[in-house]
This record gives sequence, C-alpha cells and structure tokens, in this order.
Amino acid sequence: MNIQGRKITLHDMSLRDGMHPQRHQISVDQMVDIAKALDAAKVPLIEVTHGDGLGGASVNYGFPAHTDQEYITAVVNAVSTSKVSALLLPGIGTVDHLRMAADCGISTIRVATHCTEANVSRQHINLGHKMGLDTVGFLMMAHMISPEEILEQAKLMESYGANCIYCTDSAGYMLPDDVTERIALLRAELAPETELGFHGHHNMAMGVANSLAAIEAGANRIDGSAAGLGAGAGNTPLEAMAAVLDRMGAETGIDIFKLMDAAEDHVLPIMDEPVRLSRDSLVLGYAGAYSSFLLFAKRAQAKYGVPSHQILLEMAHRKTVGGQEDLIEDIAMEMAKKRS
Amino acid sequence: MSKKFKAAIIGPGNIGTDLLMKCLRSDIIEPVWMVGIEESAGIKRAQEYGLRVSTDGVDGLVAAFAEAPVDFAFDATSAYVHAENSRKLNELGVMMIDLTPAAIGPYCVPPVNLDSIMADTPKDNVNMVTCGGQATIPLVASVSRVQAVAYAEIVATVASKSVGMGTRDNIDEFTRTTSAAIAQVGGADEGKAIIVINPAEPPLIMRDTVHCLTKEPADAEAITASVKEMVKEVQTYVPGYRLLNDPIIDGTRVTITVEVEGLGDFLPKYAGNLDIMTAAGLKTAEMIARRKLAAG
Repeated sequence: MNIQGRKITLHDMSLRDGMHPQRHQISVDQMVDIAKALDAAKVPLIEVTHGDGLGGASVNYGFPAHTDQEYITAVVNAVSTSKVSALLLPGIGTVDHLRMAADCGISTIRVATHCTEANVSRQHINLGHKMGLDTVGFLMMAHMISPEEILEQAKLMESYGANCIYCTDSAGYMLPDDVTERIALLRAELAPETELGFHGHHNMAMGVANSLAAIEAGANRIDGSAAGLGAGAGNTPLEAMAAVLDRMGAETGIDIFKLMDAAEDHVLPIMDEPVRLSRDSLVLGYAGAYSSFLLFAKRAQAKYGVPSHQILLEMAHRKTVGGQEDLIEDIAMEMAKKRS
Repeated sequence: MSKKFKAAIIGPGNIGTDLLMKCLRSDIIEPVWMVGIEESAGIKRAQEYGLRVSTDGVDGLVAAFAEAPVDFAFDATSAYVHAENSRKLNELGVMMIDLTPAAIGPYCVPPVNLDSIMADTPKDNVNMVTCGGQATIPLVASVSRVQAVAYAEIVATVASKSVGMGTRDNIDEFTRTTSAAIAQVGGADEGKAIIVINPAEPPLIMRDTVHCLTKEPADAEAITASVKEMVKEVQTYVPGYRLLNDPIIDGTRVTITVEVEGLGDFLPKYAGNLDIMTAAGLKTAEMIARRKLAAG
C-alpha cells in the first residue's frame, strides 16, 4: 500500500466516544488534562461531547458529570493549536444545542444519523454550514447497508451542506474490504472537494487495518482515540494509527511520542475498566451491534442474571440501531423469564 | 337516533384517510367533507364514501359552508398552512382539531387534559401535540397524579417507513414540542423527548419508553396501579396500546414501556405512531361533542 505523502487529519474521540466506557463521568479537570496532552502532541481535532452527542444527558443514556457547555468551554480554553468538534444526533440534540456549541467555540460539528436516515439531518447540517463551521455528515452503523445505499444517503448530506462525509463503523463489524468498497464508491461519486472520513471501533481488532483501507480508498480523515478510550473495545487506538502512518510516510503533523505520552500517562489512568477486546465487545463486532450497548448489557446481566453477550447478540438479531438502549433491559427481562 | 356532529377532514393523505376510516365508525361524529388542494387518490376515495370534497383548499369548504356546514374540522396538513385554515373556519364557528405541529391552540392529550381544557373557557382550536406525545404523556400523567415528578423523559422508537418528510425536515419540532408537552400536560417539572428511527424490515411496531424521576422514592404499588388504569383508558381508543412489562421501579426512577400497534385502518399496523394521532384526534372530537350534547 502506498500512501506516502498523503495528508491525513487524525481526530481524537477519547473525550466523546470515551465518555461511554466512563459512564459520561469524566471530570472537567480530566478533560482539560487530556486535551492539553493531545494539544501538545499536535492532534489537530478533539471531539468533546456527551457520548451520545449534544443533549445526550438523559436517564436513557446517562447523565454526565458536567454539561456539554462546561466541557466544551473548558477544553476550548485549554488548547492552543488543536481545534474542538462536537457531535449531534438529530432526535436527541437540536439546533439550539448546535448554536450553544458554536458559541462555546467549536470549529467542527458532526451531525450523525443512522445510515439510512440522512434526511433527518437537513436542518442541522444546513445551520452548521451557514455558520461557517466545518460540517461533517456522519453515517452510523454503515455496515448495515450496501455501498450504493450509503452513497445515496451521503449525497443527501452533501446536498445539505456537509463538506465531509463519514462512513461510521459503530459496531466495529466491518472488515477492510467492506471499508474499501464504501469509501471507494463515495470517492468516485461525491464532489472531489468533499472530504471523506472513517470512524472505527476495535471490536474485531480491525481499527487500524480498516482505517488504512479507508485511506487507500480515498479517505483523509480518520477517527481514533488515545489509548483507544471509546465504546465497545474502544476506537482505533490513535497513537498506534499515528505511528503506522508515520512509518508509511503519510503526513499527520502529530508528534507520535507525545501522543503516546497522552495515551499512557493521561488517558489510561482515568479508565474505570481497561478498554479491551473482551468477549462482549467481540460479540458486538462479530454480530454487528452498536458499541455503546456494552455497559447497558453488563448492567442488565448484573440485575437479571442473563449473560451480557447473549443480550448483545439478541440486540444484533433484532437489527437495532444506535439509541435503542432502552430495549436492553426489556430483552434481559424476557430472557430471564424464559430461563426461570 | 342520537345526533351526529358533522366534521371536515383537511388533508386527504395517509393521515387524513386513516382518520376518515375511523370517523366512519363513530357514533357521534359524521365525516361530511374532505378538503384537498388538487385531485388525488385520497379525494377520490372520500368521494366514494359519499363525502363532499374541495380541491380548492379550505376556501372551497367555506364557499359551500351554508349548504353543508360542519361542527368540527381536523387539520392533517402542515404547520405552514394551519393558521390560515384555522382562522377561516373558526370564523364560521367550527372547532378546529389540529394534527399538525402548529400548536396555536392548547396541547390536548384526551385522557389527561381535555376536560380541563374545555372546562375553563371553551376553545376553538386544540393541538394534538406529536405522536410520541400522545403515546407517552398519559403515562407521565399516570405517575404525576400519584406523586410529584421532577423530570420525565420519553424515548419513541418508530419504524422508518412511518416517519414522513414533514417530521424529517423538522425533527427538532418533534423534540421541542414533545418535551414542552411532557411538562405542561404530563405534569413533570421538566420534560425531555428523544426519537429513534429504525429501518428494519419487517417494520417494527412503535415502542415508547417513559422514564420518570420522582421527587420522593417511588410508591411502586400505587404507581403500577395508576399506570395500568391509564393504559386501559388509552386502549378505549387505541386497542393496540400495550404495556410490555410492569413498570420498573428503582428508587426514584420509574421506567414504563409500551408498544403501540395501529388498527390498520388505512395506515399499516406498525405505524402505531400515526394511528394514535388520528385516534386521539377523533377521541377529542367525540369527547367535545358529548359535552355539547350534555350541555344541550
């Protein structure tokens, strides 16, 4: 694979996707500490939001230790060269949240929908574009539909004003060929100036391999997370990704040793549990379930005595999408009833 | 023979046609007008059922009002045109039941607040909130009538096929309107609404989860009884409204989950989210009609 000289933007997820394994309880001080370490490593873009995006604070997904506004403001003020992004899922967050985040100083808004539902993102992408933000359309659970169907949805987001489209492997299900097919088709059919990105989860240990496949097929933005802190088995480990890209001669502008320091000395110490490729997260990737279901399934196991990986399998079989956390307790209750 | 009140349906699309099917079965509401803006399958179908039709919008109905007056009008068009429709028909003394998100009139969730809305001063326009609101606010109210609710949150999971372009273009309106009505009508201090759209085939039946945080530890027995009573009440007009499990009560958290299967009149059965809107709209007209009869 020759990606020599390619300019790649790496985007850190530890302070947004990493909120999932931390039950949204990362403190402002921890965020500032990690953001400063990422800034020192010259990570260009850092995402800061509730794990489920702006407005995600809820009984259903978890109440965070602080508001999105407090987190974003603190990180924006802590960094010197890094920019800050926020995530927004229409149906959870609204344009009011987007305006708030813009006032706090984000440079990038990423508007996320399930991969078949791009047309709920029009008002948010329109507004982000109008406000002059770097506006990204983020198509989640992209393994569930064909490359042609992804393209159709990507075109909608592009038409609303997104300057970058993400193929998002929320379940960590994809294998490199799946990524190649999708990104290559998007690259061939979307406007040449539209950037492409890939967001991976490491549930099948494919984070780095999938990201490389995406780059080879035409993506120039890659999401990862320092120390992998993210839902499921975590995101693509950002320090590993940066090191691989360095060896391959791609340009990220990142100081890879400082990024290793950020991961090792700043992110790792805050982890509630090691983020690793456990049986549960492997099942997420193998069967194709949304990565942030993991902790909910574990809680249901503790309460109802049903194995969490079986709950996750059932969630995958029912073709659930991101946001359906409320079904997990029901499934556990049903399974417990059947067993007794 | 009991008196029937006459009604017009504005908007001959899927919602309007489903409402027509339901009105045809009513013992107190008689659909006499279908109002559209052009010839369409919905207009034709209404004619086959013997309704007068307008393809010139509400103006067509207004022009022929003297020959064929109505007591009620259901607006199943869009928020953009609702205000004008309502003004024109209110002038003729017609009670407007608004199924659009316009919300000019007070929010109405029939088993919860219709009596109190009509008790003060009779209104000439009521708004049916949102599908998620109709499905969940009765449950929030069933908790808040037992004990104080600091916060209520609803998660509506609906089939992709049942979500029309109107909702998709302005999904924030769903979130905002439902949140506001959870507090205002449901009786929680604060409300939050989340909608999740799932494209699975076969389409899934609408599912709603309600989380309430009570101010004092939740009284499991009283809340469970109140929830079950409310579910029965909603079942009088949406038979496919089902409590999935007993409420989960954990300290001050009360979680209630229902499934809403539609009657399948014109809309498919999985579209319980649309069915509950048309059913609640008709229920509202029927309840107001009965009040009028009782008042003589």
